[in-house]
Amino acid sequence: MLLIHCPYCDEDRPELEFRNAGEAHIARPENIAEISDEEFAQFFFIRTNPKGLIYERWRHIHGCARFFNAVRDSVSDKFLMTYKAGEKRPTVKAGEKA
Amino acid sequence: MTAAFRTTAAGRLKGAKPVKISFDGASYAALEGDTLASALLANGVHLMGRSFKYHRPRGVLSAGAEEPNALVGIHRDAARKTPNVRATVQEVYDGLTAVSQNRWPSLAFDVGAVNDIASPMFSAGFYYKTFMWPKAAWKSVYEPTIRASAGLGVAPDKPDPDHYASRYAHCDVLVLGGGAAGLSAALAAAETGARVIIADEQPAVGGALRFETGSTIDSAAGWDWAQATAVKLAAMDNVRVLTRTTAFGYYAQNMVGLVERVSDHLADPGHDLPRERLWQVRAKRVIIATGAIERHMVFDGNDKPGVMLASAGRTYLNHFGVLVGKNVGVFTASDSAYAAAIDLKQAGASIAAIVDLRDNPAGPLIDQARALGIEILSGRTLVRASGNLRVASMTVRATSGGPERTIPVDALLMSAGWTPSVHLFSQSRGKVAFDSATRRFLPGDYAQDCVSVGACSGTDTLADTVKDAVAAGEKAAKAAGLAKTVGTKVKAETSESWAGGMVGAAPGAGPDTTGKAFVDFQNDVTAKDIRLAVREGMRSIEHVKRFTTNGMATDQGKTSNIHGLAIAAEALGKEMPEVGLTTFRAPYTPVTFGSLVNHSKGRLFDPTRRTPFHAQEEKLGAVFEDVGQWKRAWYYPRAGEDMHAAVNRECATVRKAAGIFDASTLGKIEVVGPDAAKFMELMYTNPWEKLESGRCRYGIMLREDGFIYDDGVVGRLAADRFHVTTTTGGAARVMNHMEDYLQTEFPHLDVWLTSISEQWAVIAVQGPKSRDIIAPLVEGIDMSDGAMPHMSVREGKICGVPTRLFRMSFTGERGFEINVPADYAAAVWDAVWAQGQKHGACAYGTEAMHVLRAEKGYIIVGQDTDGTVTPQDAGLDWAVGKKKTDFVGIRGLKRPDLVAKGRKQLVGLRTKDPKVVLEEGAQIVADPKQPIPMKMLGHVTSSYWSENCGRSIALGVVTGGFERMGQTLYVPMPDKVIEVEVVGQVFFDEKGERLHG
Repeated sequence: MLLIHCPYCDEDRPELEFRNAGEAHIARPENIAEISDEEFAQFFFIRTNPKGLIYERWRHIHGCARFFNAVRDSVSDKFLMTYKAGEKRPTVKAGEKA
Repeated sequence: MTAAFRTTAAGRLKGAKPVKISFDGASYAALEGDTLASALLANGVHLMGRSFKYHRPRGVLSAGAEEPNALVGIHRDAARKTPNVRATVQEVYDGLTAVSQNRWPSLAFDVGAVNDIASPMFSAGFYYKTFMWPKAAWKSVYEPTIRASAGLGVAPDKPDPDHYASRYAHCDVLVLGGGAAGLSAALAAAETGARVIIADEQPAVGGALRFETGSTIDSAAGWDWAQATAVKLAAMDNVRVLTRTTAFGYYAQNMVGLVERVSDHLADPGHDLPRERLWQVRAKRVIIATGAIERHMVFDGNDKPGVMLASAGRTYLNHFGVLVGKNVGVFTASDSAYAAAIDLKQAGASIAAIVDLRDNPAGPLIDQARALGIEILSGRTLVRASGNLRVASMTVRATSGGPERTIPVDALLMSAGWTPSVHLFSQSRGKVAFDSATRRFLPGDYAQDCVSVGACSGTDTLADTVKDAVAAGEKAAKAAGLAKTVGTKVKAETSESWAGGMVGAAPGAGPDTTGKAFVDFQNDVTAKDIRLAVREGMRSIEHVKRFTTNGMATDQGKTSNIHGLAIAAEALGKEMPEVGLTTFRAPYTPVTFGSLVNHSKGRLFDPTRRTPFHAQEEKLGAVFEDVGQWKRAWYYPRAGEDMHAAVNRECATVRKAAGIFDASTLGKIEVVGPDAAKFMELMYTNPWEKLESGRCRYGIMLREDGFIYDDGVVGRLAADRFHVTTTTGGAARVMNHMEDYLQTEFPHLDVWLTSISEQWAVIAVQGPKSRDIIAPLVEGIDMSDGAMPHMSVREGKICGVPTRLFRMSFTGERGFEINVPADYAAAVWDAVWAQGQKHGACAYGTEAMHVLRAEKGYIIVGQDTDGTVTPQDAGLDWAVGKKKTDFVGIRGLKRPDLVAKGRKQLVGLRTKDPKVVLEEGAQIVADPKQPIPMKMLGHVTSSYWSENCGRSIALGVVTGGFERMGQTLYVPMPDKVIEVEVVGQVFFDEKGERLHG
């Protein structure tokens, strides 16, 4: 079981308190009603699914209930860092502990 | 009475309490502190089991957790029958009852042993090739026969009556293994003040000091030092010493699973003790001190009872005081076995000979053996061990070939050297590295905050082990944040080294030989099987493993993996690391389901949710159904009624007078804030800004892809306050969906979401008399049609408590839903019920609710929709705000496939025969005479008998359904074809006049 650092609670808590919420930094287009089929497909269906560093969303659902973002290595499962929703996507190199 | 092979010359059980045990019905004398294996060996019993495939007689191989052969059933009572218990691990208690496995009619005479004679038929992979024809016979003949004749113990057939405990723990340093390395490391860490947990699988700490009697640490005998150190550690407040505790799994971020066997060794555990305790330990640092496991020699007949690891023979002597034989042969490729021979010789056994593969073995142990007059046959190999139910002789020849010599023995000790136990290291995702000088796999790159010390990291001497372990303990404590070091000192002297040995088959068991030289005892895999696998084209060890099943038994190849790999590598002409090493997986040794399931069984498996009206409903005789975690009243049968009759009566009563229904399980969310209406506009397809306070609207929620996600009636309590209802099953996910958008996409909106599902209990009163029933109880609300029309909500009081009173209907009748605070709900129900009795009302359950809504064509999300249905498909286009510029799903709805023709649409289905009720899920076709597989147009989503319509009714999704009104379609069933007519969704009161009636 992973330990996850909630950036709102500022605590390491067990994975059981959290729920994964898919890839991070995919913003809903503000003019969503007008976008093309291709743009919609890109927004809604296409995910990077990388081997290595993945930017993803988590929710501290059984804690503070906040959504936040994390950088995790999808090979080792290790979290490199977590940060609040709305913060800029950080640049992290594989193997680096931010 | 002392057992025949118990000696006073050695062992630590002197003065122990005598106990009686039984094995296959015979009674044996044992001593407290024995294992089942040592007790049987003390009585001269070597035959303890039959092998998996060939039913060969087997005795103990080892004296520990790696045991592949001596598996027995331990029977405490009718329910407590544990199969496949290793006799080498099971501690005896007075009255212990063990039975042998996989034999018929008896262990000594086993009919299944015919498999051994017929073994050429059963070579590796035989069942992939032999039982191909006739195909049908696999299921009926071959598989049942193979399953009956191969196998291990029998699973218990009664529920497990024991209870199991569970603990979470955190520590600075977790030490896995309580041998010299683990104890030294634990002591060094503990003396810095670090919180330390040390776990060992044996009943007492000590590890290899159990048999290595020559070792001294801090001027004491190694074993005595270990016990004293454990006492010292246990007395420290910052240390927990766990014995009989196996670290079975190493998980992410230094989470280690331990299972502590609390009472399996007790004659009468009583009711208070758990059988086992599961520990989930999170450690800042882990020290792996799991030691090494001795390898056997691979030669013909190496599985005869009486043939065992040298360290096992030594443990039985030095710890248990048991001579495994009186005329013992030794076959070795390393020094370790010499120490065993010397100990046995000095305890009075004669050593028939030491057969050493090495041409010129030299060193103090060899000199000592020679000085004791033991014959050393160096440069020789064993070509076979012979004997029936017990080894009787060993046959020796030079490694290079030549004449054979047969020497009688009654036991045979073997050692091919030591395999470092890298299991837990590997489970931690560390990468093992092959050390070509010593031909063994050692911990390489670490993936977690842990370190291996001692024999498991390839340290061959006790002195180095202890020195490294102390340093590792101090370093781990420091890494865990403990600043002070006290300079723990542990000093060991030893003359023994665990270096050397060989891997693969002995020279007498090469590719040109035909005997059975076992690599994997538990799965009956021989050196020949491994070579066959290579000949058949297996190249990777992963393929060899699966083809031969080498290492796939419950012992997970603790003794066999390295030999198997070496033989495969030799046959392939490659180096061992090129062929690869199979993955080490949890659990290290078998773990009971009981300890893993733990408290999560029966009533504690999953929470049960009951509404505040549960007791009232029980009193009314409700039959409950499970809806997720909820218990919901399904129907209320009266005397003599079956479900059908009860539901018919309930449905008729609702439309004739009124019905009272528990709607508390519906999800309820309060959406509050200056931007509440804006938020609702985005979350639902409908328009909300213009909805007046005090009015309600049926809302549809989509996912971004345009498909229906949830629905429910929403009441606007004030300009900035909405009372949203969701489906019962959707409550949690709708809340999550709303929070997700509010927190991450629309954080600029000033809105708060609160789940109020549990705060408000809901009594639905539906039917023409509903207002008459409620009105006398309500204060402060004008319930006249003019003041409170259909789809409105008012706040006031009922029975003196606050209520949010909705006028709404899921039945098509005039109806109300009374929301009351959950704590007062039961009293309000009683009052409503009493009123209802005056007007002929009844209670109705979820089944009648379903029928009544289907009569009106109201959908149930998740039943009539399946995640691929749009509002248009469901006939709910009217609920999508056409002038809206944004809501979740607005773009998804315009996707080409969603606007294309020929989508499945929700329609009513009328069977031509009104008495026939369709099956939900049944497929719908245009032409029932077409060949199978037929082209299906859709399926039945809802289907009931409607007492109010006097006929069956159904809803279904049908391709192009809206354009098929009046068409006849067909529902093929196994025994008949049912004709249906496509009709509108509404079966009752099509104009909807009763809502106001």
